[in-house]
Amino acid sequence: MSKEIEAIKDPGLPAHVHRKADTDPAAANRAERQVATLFGISALGTVLLIVSYIFVPDDLFIFIPVMGNQNAHQLGLGLGMAISLFFIGMGAIHWAKTLMPDTEVVAQRHEFRSPDSDRKEFVEAVKSGASASGLGRRSLIKRSLGAALGLSALSPLLLLRDLGPLPGKELEKTTWKSGTYLVTDPGNRRIKASDLEVGAVAQVLPEIADPEHRKLSDIAKDAVLLIRLRPQEFNLEADKLAMTHDGIIAFSKICSHMGCAVALYEQQTKHLLCPCHQSTFDVTRAAKVIFGPSARPLPQLDITIDNEGYLVARQPFSEPVGPSFWERNSQ
Amino acid sequence: MKHLSRYRRHKAAAPLLLLLALLAIGATYSVASAATSSEMTAADRSVLIEEGRQIFLKGCSSCHGLNAEGQVAPSLVGVGAASVDFQVGTGRMPMADMSTQAMRKEPIYDAAETAAVAAYVASLAPGPEIPAESSLNYERDGNTAEGGELFRNNCAMCHNFAGQGGALTQGKYAPTLMGVEPKHIYEAMVTGPQSMPVFSDKTITPEEKLSIIKWIKAAEKEPNLGGASLGRVGPVTEGLLGWVLGLGMLIGVAVWLAMKAK
Repeated sequence: MSKEIEAIKDPGLPAHVHRKADTDPAAANRAERQVATLFGISALGTVLLIVSYIFVPDDLFIFIPVMGNQNAHQLGLGLGMAISLFFIGMGAIHWAKTLMPDTEVVAQRHEFRSPDSDRKEFVEAVKSGASASGLGRRSLIKRSLGAALGLSALSPLLLLRDLGPLPGKELEKTTWKSGTYLVTDPGNRRIKASDLEVGAVAQVLPEIADPEHRKLSDIAKDAVLLIRLRPQEFNLEADKLAMTHDGIIAFSKICSHMGCAVALYEQQTKHLLCPCHQSTFDVTRAAKVIFGPSARPLPQLDITIDNEGYLVARQPFSEPVGPSFWERNSQ
Repeated sequence: MKHLSRYRRHKAAAPLLLLLALLAIGATYSVASAATSSEMTAADRSVLIEEGRQIFLKGCSSCHGLNAEGQVAPSLVGVGAASVDFQVGTGRMPMADMSTQAMRKEPIYDAAETAAVAAYVASLAPGPEIPAESSLNYERDGNTAEGGELFRNNCAMCHNFAGQGGALTQGKYAPTLMGVEPKHIYEAMVTGPQSMPVFSDKTITPEEKLSIIKWIKAAEKEPNLGGASLGRVGPVTEGLLGWVLGLGMLIGVAVWLAMKAK
């Protein structure tokens, strides 16, 4: 064991290799010209920037392969600035690497502990500062400063309140009531069951008195997707089937996983896809989850028609819509 | 007559006469052609349908069945002329192979042949009709802002917020809407081709459909003020480019910085 360790010898530092420019004046001149060229390119970049700023109209578009149609004005500004800055740096590095002295210097680390004289000086500076401020004598300043500092610590504490208040029952309620009409979004027009062909979808919201001022926070819970299939395509339990009307089925559009709008309806497969995490719901089986991270089917809205044939909600949603939350009773 | 003939050598007489003659010819022609186009005789129509049936038997019946009743492919009874005009007019049908989705390609049939097949399929059962040219004046009848709102609510989830298209499940996808004929966009909304659902005229009115088309056409012309659009598909390409090209360049620079000069 110990023999093996001894077998590996310290190879020491590699020998210092001189650069060509150190020994060959022609190479040094070449390096100098290279550095000058790099700085020259940088200068051209600045010229490009100035020319683009002054002479290229800001509504001129030019076609550049791969990148497509580009605004020539902005492209000139950006490229000009990038070239001017990048090549200054590149020239400086090339200069340092090829021409500046390459002697290797060893710098010893000094001790961590400051010298005693420095330490003494520091303590004296603190003491003289303390006596100059007069905090020991002027108690009014001391107390008011203490109060100000203490109170200032309250403000971040106060802002913590914005983490609350708890939503209470707010997340479980939607605008849908028994007898709420389904209206188009946008447009706010009531929908007749006969308006939808087989294979049709419609984005709907509950009818409210003042649709101009619908709150976004309400839309985020109320949005519903209406889909019409052939009634024989359903594969539903009796209670779920009773919630449909003549092949028309309504689901909350808010994904039960993370709350994205689920509305990618594939008419041929009857699948609803959530664009965020690919949860896939089977419309014919009451939005049963057939793929993806979602844990629950989309809540189904119980719909029927009124005397004139307009679609109307028979009951509110029977469960909270959207993703799980802390207080949700997930039965 | 006498006082008219007095002006026969007037210098404006010849141009005026010519203008009158042109107007007369034009008016006669337009009346005549309107009569022929709008009142296609029943006989003409049955000839067109028979023509369409012949094309259908050769090009479509192997999948859709000899009577369009559906076989490997869905039944075409009741899909309407608009459906045929969309599928055949955009080259999706006939399909090149039995892949997951019919792709847009150069149309196999010309306009006349497409019209004949459309007439034949429409004769099987009533369905959505091909929208008339006059009803597609989206520049006049559409509203871009309203179209944008409708697009974000009804189309953006599949076709991407800038109409660039996007992925669906199991290899299916929503195609890009850039460069699509207004007529074909309209027909797609009315007929619901392939994975796409139908958007009824009652829930999205014809005027609203024109607004959507107007918005798509506006999005097509939208210039890229902020540099390369990277396909306008959002953070995926931007991230890919940032990580691969941006970081690659940084690594290259770092390697060069640490390299010893020869």
